[in-house]
Amino acid sequence: MNWINEMRLDFPAISENEAFARLAVSGFMLPLDPTLEELADVKTAVSEAVTNAIIHGYPEAAGMVRLRAGYDSEGMVQIDIMDRGRGIADVDRARQPFFTTCPDEERSGMGFTVMESFMDRVVVHSAPGRGTTVRLYKQIQLRDSALPRRA
Amino acid sequence: MLIYEKKKNALIVRLTGELDHSAAACIRREVDALIADSAARRLIFDLNDLKFMDSSGIGLVIGRYKLMARRGGSVAVFGPDERIDKIFQMAGLYQLVERLA
Repeated sequence: MNWINEMRLDFPAISENEAFARLAVSGFMLPLDPTLEELADVKTAVSEAVTNAIIHGYPEAAGMVRLRAGYDSEGMVQIDIMDRGRGIADVDRARQPFFTTCPDEERSGMGFTVMESFMDRVVVHSAPGRGTTVRLYKQIQLRDSALPRRA
Repeated sequence: MLIYEKKKNALIVRLTGELDHSAAACIRREVDALIADSAARRLIFDLNDLKFMDSSGIGLVIGRYKLMARRGGSVAVFGPDERIDKIFQMAGLYQLVERLA
């Protein structure tokens, strides 16, 4: 995609940064003048992906999470949430509703289902021991007043 | 973040602000302490003032459902916005927990 704007954030995988990550992404998207609905969709999905990186990517020592986002002139937003943690052996299985590796901690196993339901597309790349990248896409409907200028 | 009210047979917990994985741990401790202190048979989550919730909310509510069910009690939710309602529906939460109108 041809970005007209992009950003990158690196932060430690601690749960305090879940709120920070979703606020940072919603702030980044503001020039597209998204509806509250669109913003909330993205915030919810980012929250799920960052939480997964924190809980599952780094179950023991907290490593770093990288969040990368960009959008093009058509209002297509792409957000990558990356960790270099444990990785997922079977991504298809992990994406199944209610699949969880930590039921004792009251994790519902609905994270990927929520991401898929609120975003247009969710792509997951992962390998055991090498970390996970979740790529989220969301089309923001551009209104006349909101056409971003090319940087 | 959490305001509660004890009625005769119900414990009403009003959640405010944002409910994510980080907040859930703290809310869970507080609610469980309230349940332990109360003889109420019914726990009601008032979500009217909850501004944000991700799937962490599912675990929180189902966890409290299990706790209340062991005491012969029940859980209900009240006032979720459209998005929160959709997340609960995805998880089939309303098979276990009543949604009060």
